[in-house]
Amino acid sequence: MSAQPIAATRGTSSASAPPAGTPARPAAKAGANPPGHRRRDILLAAAFLLPNLVLLVAFTYRPLVDNIRLSFTDWNISAPMASFIGVDNYVEWFTSDDSQLVLWNTVVFTGAAVLGSMVIGLALALLLDQKLFGRNAVRSLVFAPFVLAGAAVGVAFQFVFDPTFGLVQDLLGRVGVEAPAFYQDPEWALFMVTVTYIWKNLGYTFVIYLAALQGRRAELDEAAEIDAASTWTKFRRVTWPQLRPATFFLLITVLLNSFQVFDVIDTMTRGGPLGNGTTTMVYQVYQETFVNQRAGFGATVATIMFLALLVITLVQVRVMERGREA
Amino acid sequence: MTALAPQDRPESRTSDSPSPAPPSAAPHERSSPLSRVGGYLGLLLVILVVALPLYWILISSLKERPDIYTVPVTWVPDPFTAANYSRVGTGVAFTDYLRNSIIITTVLTVVEVTLGVLSAFALAFLRFPGRSLVLLFVIASLMVPNQVTVISNYALVAQLGWRNTFAGIIVPLAGVAFGTFLLRNHFLSLPKEIIEAAEMDAAGPLKMLWRVVLPMSWPTLIAFVLITIVTEWNQYLWPLLMADDSSTAPLPVGLAQLQDTAGLTNWGPVMAGTVLTMLPILVIFLLLQRHMIKGLTAGAVKG
Repeated sequence: MSAQPIAATRGTSSASAPPAGTPARPAAKAGANPPGHRRRDILLAAAFLLPNLVLLVAFTYRPLVDNIRLSFTDWNISAPMASFIGVDNYVEWFTSDDSQLVLWNTVVFTGAAVLGSMVIGLALALLLDQKLFGRNAVRSLVFAPFVLAGAAVGVAFQFVFDPTFGLVQDLLGRVGVEAPAFYQDPEWALFMVTVTYIWKNLGYTFVIYLAALQGRRAELDEAAEIDAASTWTKFRRVTWPQLRPATFFLLITVLLNSFQVFDVIDTMTRGGPLGNGTTTMVYQVYQETFVNQRAGFGATVATIMFLALLVITLVQVRVMERGREA
Repeated sequence: MTALAPQDRPESRTSDSPSPAPPSAAPHERSSPLSRVGGYLGLLLVILVVALPLYWILISSLKERPDIYTVPVTWVPDPFTAANYSRVGTGVAFTDYLRNSIIITTVLTVVEVTLGVLSAFALAFLRFPGRSLVLLFVIASLMVPNQVTVISNYALVAQLGWRNTFAGIIVPLAGVAFGTFLLRNHFLSLPKEIIEAAEMDAAGPLKMLWRVVLPMSWPTLIAFVLITIVTEWNQYLWPLLMADDSSTAPLPVGLAQLQDTAGLTNWGPVMAGTVLTMLPILVIFLLLQRHMIKGLTAGAVKG
C-alpha cells in the first residue's frame, strides 16, 4: 500500500494545517530568547533534519534529475558509459504504435480505477453509514484488502481468474455464462487487472468517504428531512456538497496511486497478453529498462510520466482551489 | 475485533453502543423497513464480493492437489491438508523470505519513525532560518513517483556494490516525507500552553520531546508506525530489482518467484504462500485498524 501521495495533497490542500511558514509560537517570543538558545536551536535542527534531507536528496531529487539526463542517452543499464542521442528517445516514444497502446492502457486503467473505486467506495460508505446490524464487521472487511500486498493479491487473483479451475469461471458457469479469455484477450486482461486493483483499493476510498460522511453536519440532514426532500434530492443537495473536499482529495490521491500500479500487473499478466496487452507506462518503464536493457528509453518514459502526473495534479489542485472559492 | 471508526471526534456518529439515542439522532439512521431490507441485501453483496475471494484463497491453500483441479469447484477442502504449507516451508526457502521481510520491515520502520519524529520536531518547534523552505522541500518529494527514481537509484546502488544486500534495499527507501508532514501537523496542534510551560521550565528540547511532546502524540505516532509497516511489508518493485535470491528477497518477491515456478501447475503451495504473506499484516490490521484509519483520513475530509 502506498500512503505517500495522500500527504502530497495534504501539503497543498489541507486548509486546516497552518501555512508552512507559521512559527509554532508567536514570533515575539523569539526575541525574548537568549541568543545562546537560538544557536542551539539551529544546531539541533540541523542534526535532526540532515539525515532525512540527505536521504531525500540522494534517493528522490538526485535520481529525478539524473533520470532526465538519462532520457537523452542510449544507456543500457549495465554499461559504464552511455552516449548522448538527443531527443531520439522522445521522438521514438511519441511516434511508436506500442506507445499509443501503452498510453491507452494507462488511461483506461487509471480512469476506470479512479471512477470505479470512488463510485463504489461512496456507495459502500453510504450503505455502511446506516444503522445496520453487523456493519462494523463489514466495514473492517471492506477495508482489509487495502492492507494486503499488491503482489500477493495479484498472485492470488491469477488463480481466482483461472480459466478452468478458478472462482470466477465457476461463478459465471452457474449463471450459464462462459468465462471470457482473461489471459488471451488483451481487453479482457486489462479488465481483469483493473477489477483486481479496484477490489484491493476499494477500502481506501471507502474509509475516506465514510469519515467525511461522519464528519458532516446533522442539522443540514434534518432540515432536509423536515422539508420532506426525496432521498435523491437530499443526497444531491445536502450530502454531496459536503463530500466535496473528500472527493477532490480522492481524485488526486487515487489517480496518483493507480497511475503507478506495478505489482498487480506484474504478477497477473507481466504486461501481456500479445506483448503489451496490459502494459501501462509504469510497466513500460520497468520492461524497457530492466528486461529489454534500454534504460535510456525507460528513463524517457519515466520522464514523460512524471511530467504528465505533475501537470494533472497541478490542474486538479487549481480546480480544487477554485471550487473552494466558489 | 476493534470497531472501524475513522474519526473519534466527539460529534462523530459512529457509536453503535446501546446508549439512548440523542434527540439529534441522524434522520438517515431512521429508515423504512423497505430500505432496511435493501440495506441488508447490499451488505450481503459486499460480503460476497470481498470475502469470497479471500475464502477461496484460504480453502485452496488447504486442499490436496486433485481437490484443487476439479470442476466444478469444491467449497470445503476434502480432506483438509496442511501439506501445502509444509511444502512452502521446506521447498522454496519461504522461511528465508519471511526472515528478510521481518528484517527489512523492522529496520525501515524504526529508522523512518525516528527520522520522522526528529524532522517533525525540528520543523514544528525549533526556530532556524529557511524552515518553511525545508518543509516545502520535504513535501514536494511526495510528488515524485518511485518509478521515476528507480532507474537512477538502481545504477547508484549497483555502483556502490549494494545489490542483493539489505542496505541496498533499505537505505533508498528510508527517507521520510509523509510521516514528517503528518507528525509536524500533529505537533503544531498540541496545546500551546503546555509546550510553553515546558519551555519555561527550561527543559531542553530533547527533554521536551521525550517528556512532553511524545507522550501527547501516541495515536498519531501509532498511525504512522502502522502505515509504515504496511507500506514496507508490501514493497515489491524495489526489492524485486535489488534482490537476486532468497538471501535478501522479502515475501512478495519470493511469492512471485514461487508463482513463476509452481503457478498454474500447482496452485496449492502458491496459495499457501499467499496466505502466509497476507496473514501477518491482516492480524496487525484487525487489532489496530482504528489507529491506522485515523492516520489515513487525517486531513482528507476537512475542507
